[in-house]
Amino acid sequence: MRKVLYSGNEAIARGAYEAGVRVAVGYPGTPSSEILENIAKLYKEDIYAEWSANEKVAMDVAAGAAYSGVRTIVTTKQVGMNVLSDSLFYLVYTGIEAGVVVVTADDPGMFSSQNEQDNRWYARIGKIPMLEPCDSQESKDMVALGMELSEKFNTPVILRTGMRISHSKSIVNLGEREKNIKSAKEFPRDIKKYNCNCIYSREKRQVIAKRLKDLAQWAETAAINSITWGDRKLGIISSGIVSEYAREVFPNASILKLGMVYPLPEKKIRDFARQVDEVVVIEELDPFLEEQIKAMGISVRGKDIFLAYDELLPSTLREQAVAAKLLPAEELPKQPNFDIGELPSRNAVFCQGCPHRSTFYLLSKLKVPVTGDIGCYNLGCLPPFNAQHTMGSMGASIGQLHGVSAAGGPERAVCTIGDSTFFHAGLPALANMVHNNMRGVIIILDNETTAMTGHQDHPGMDKTLMGKPTAKIDIENLCLAMGVKKVKKVNAFHVKEVEASLKECLAWNDGPAVLIPTGECIFVARNPKQAYAVDANKCIACGNCTKAGCPAIIRIDEINPKTGKRKMGINSVICNGCSVCSQICPTGAIYQTGRKEAAE
Amino acid sequence: MKNINFLVSGVGGQGTVVASDILAAVGMEAGYEAKKSDVLGLAMRGGSVTSHIRWSQGTVHAPMVGLGEINYMVAFELLEALRRLPFMNPEGTIIVNTQQLPPVSVTSGQTNYPSQTEIITTLKKHVKTVYEIDALSTALKLKNSKTVNVVIMGAASALFDIPTDIWEKVIAGTVRPKHVELNIAAFREGRKLMEVG
Repeated sequence: MRKVLYSGNEAIARGAYEAGVRVAVGYPGTPSSEILENIAKLYKEDIYAEWSANEKVAMDVAAGAAYSGVRTIVTTKQVGMNVLSDSLFYLVYTGIEAGVVVVTADDPGMFSSQNEQDNRWYARIGKIPMLEPCDSQESKDMVALGMELSEKFNTPVILRTGMRISHSKSIVNLGEREKNIKSAKEFPRDIKKYNCNCIYSREKRQVIAKRLKDLAQWAETAAINSITWGDRKLGIISSGIVSEYAREVFPNASILKLGMVYPLPEKKIRDFARQVDEVVVIEELDPFLEEQIKAMGISVRGKDIFLAYDELLPSTLREQAVAAKLLPAEELPKQPNFDIGELPSRNAVFCQGCPHRSTFYLLSKLKVPVTGDIGCYNLGCLPPFNAQHTMGSMGASIGQLHGVSAAGGPERAVCTIGDSTFFHAGLPALANMVHNNMRGVIIILDNETTAMTGHQDHPGMDKTLMGKPTAKIDIENLCLAMGVKKVKKVNAFHVKEVEASLKECLAWNDGPAVLIPTGECIFVARNPKQAYAVDANKCIACGNCTKAGCPAIIRIDEINPKTGKRKMGINSVICNGCSVCSQICPTGAIYQTGRKEAAE
Repeated sequence: MKNINFLVSGVGGQGTVVASDILAAVGMEAGYEAKKSDVLGLAMRGGSVTSHIRWSQGTVHAPMVGLGEINYMVAFELLEALRRLPFMNPEGTIIVNTQQLPPVSVTSGQTNYPSQTEIITTLKKHVKTVYEIDALSTALKLKNSKTVNVVIMGAASALFDIPTDIWEKVIAGTVRPKHVELNIAAFREGRKLMEVG
């Protein structure tokens, strides 16, 4: 048996392979993206994988595959569950022919998300069994277990991870791929089962109620709900990665670790509670377990000790436990008093060579209201641009622009949306703008990839996740076909061209105008460009180039004697040669060096 | 034996995550239990990046640690070394690459980047052992600035009694096949930096 160090995401990909999955779908979103990427890279001979246009589409694809009789996995980040839940919930009613596991990667502490939501509630609202792994080994094993449960109980199963499972690595023992893999069979013409006509659904509702009881019964003896006995003074009930933190902070306590967080094994919890003096529920985010256990009439402590928001790291767990006198004060590590003063912040910025730089330089300069969307371009809300004024959810920018127009305010507004996001949820909103003849400029920032999450494909690209060539849907023609009368596609790296087109679109009065600044993301660019440099003799230290917000622009020691300001330079090691700074330099001091680094 | 806790700090794009993968895998190959945790996503775009890595002869539970608990910090950039200093155990060791990548808050003139001397003095004031290395110059000598991360791993390897074969095997299994030779060379040059210094 081979031993490897896998992230939770790599382990789930491996789990899908070992469990005999045939179809894997999703939409990229941190921290879930690497699951499908690893499936497409490592198991492409055995599993069909795709990035669907959005999570709901992915869920419907999964339903069709599962009805056809093949095991299917769907991946999403926490907010994607909101998008796919519409389709997931009908699958609970219809059931399946072969297993479906939906992986939600939550983001406690909000490392890369617009909100912090505890997706364990989806188990309760949807009446869906939910598994929660504590490390990479369990992440792998629970895919196979989820498939078995899905088929045994005729329901989709949710596998919930979080940032610290998805992007942590721990040791995994690899197994073999399942021997008897299901193939697609003749599509079932079982209308009563698969058509959610309300007449049929009413009958299924009773089946779901019984299913939950059966699942809870199964959970009573399931090995994944395990007790480690220690000192009986303190009994801890926990799940997922937090149960690992609990073991570290309370090495002597008795711990009931719930590998299945819904439905709960009531008898097992009662037996555990009876055998210890005090029960404490340790869980990240909401009192999901605590409230259910209290509803059983069992006295426990939980959120009176531990905060109901943010990551519950081992260090905070320890602090909060000491404050509640669960641990003696001596347990707190002596933190050295290191005075490092106030350091310069290092916010994320557009990469050097990013095609979005010119657009945000101009939006900042023109000071127009900008409704924004989710993707790299949301970094335009940060200095030096401060130019993306809203950001709510995928595809929301076009609808918000619509609202700005409908409100009839005095200003001309624009919205920004990326190419992948446009296909995710922008299309219906644009159709709505066209239909209602609303004014505003939709800037579709086309960098020819889904950049923020790691350069995944989308319907506007000519390759699929599995590397197959495919038809590229042309955004310009698509907008024209949807009835937009003003569509301008421009080279994103030509600042003047972008500026002229933007002004032209802002002046447009006959319904929405679409501007498509197009340029490859540096991570998918095929031809590296030469680095630029500053001629210090010509540089007057005006600092205009810093308005492009490029990390390759630096200040040098030489000073302009008239102003006393330091002149500018370029870090040639990281410059990717986009030329935007040279175009906005008023004195022509920035030139291309002709230097190219040896290929990596 | 207690856990050995590492922190790798740097700037998005420097290859810190690959370096931390190597560090964790070396631990596993050397017979330790190993876990690691990365912060990705927004941090990829020129922001601060950190990874925690833990080795142990016993069981590792949490994949990351709190303030004051890091035994070894491997810093890819001067300012980022200083930023993560509160994670250090005063008895610990820091290897810091003297490369400077001023953030936009500095280049736009809002704040100043502390001098190398200031940073190193502060690190040395609080932590027992601090090694300064110039991994960028070494990488540029190999004509590839992207090998900085493996040069730094070469330097870090000198701190442990683990055969270099293990390190080189892990590196060969981590980087793309066509870059193996270059990266092994970078590793060896990095190790020399510590042998000389």
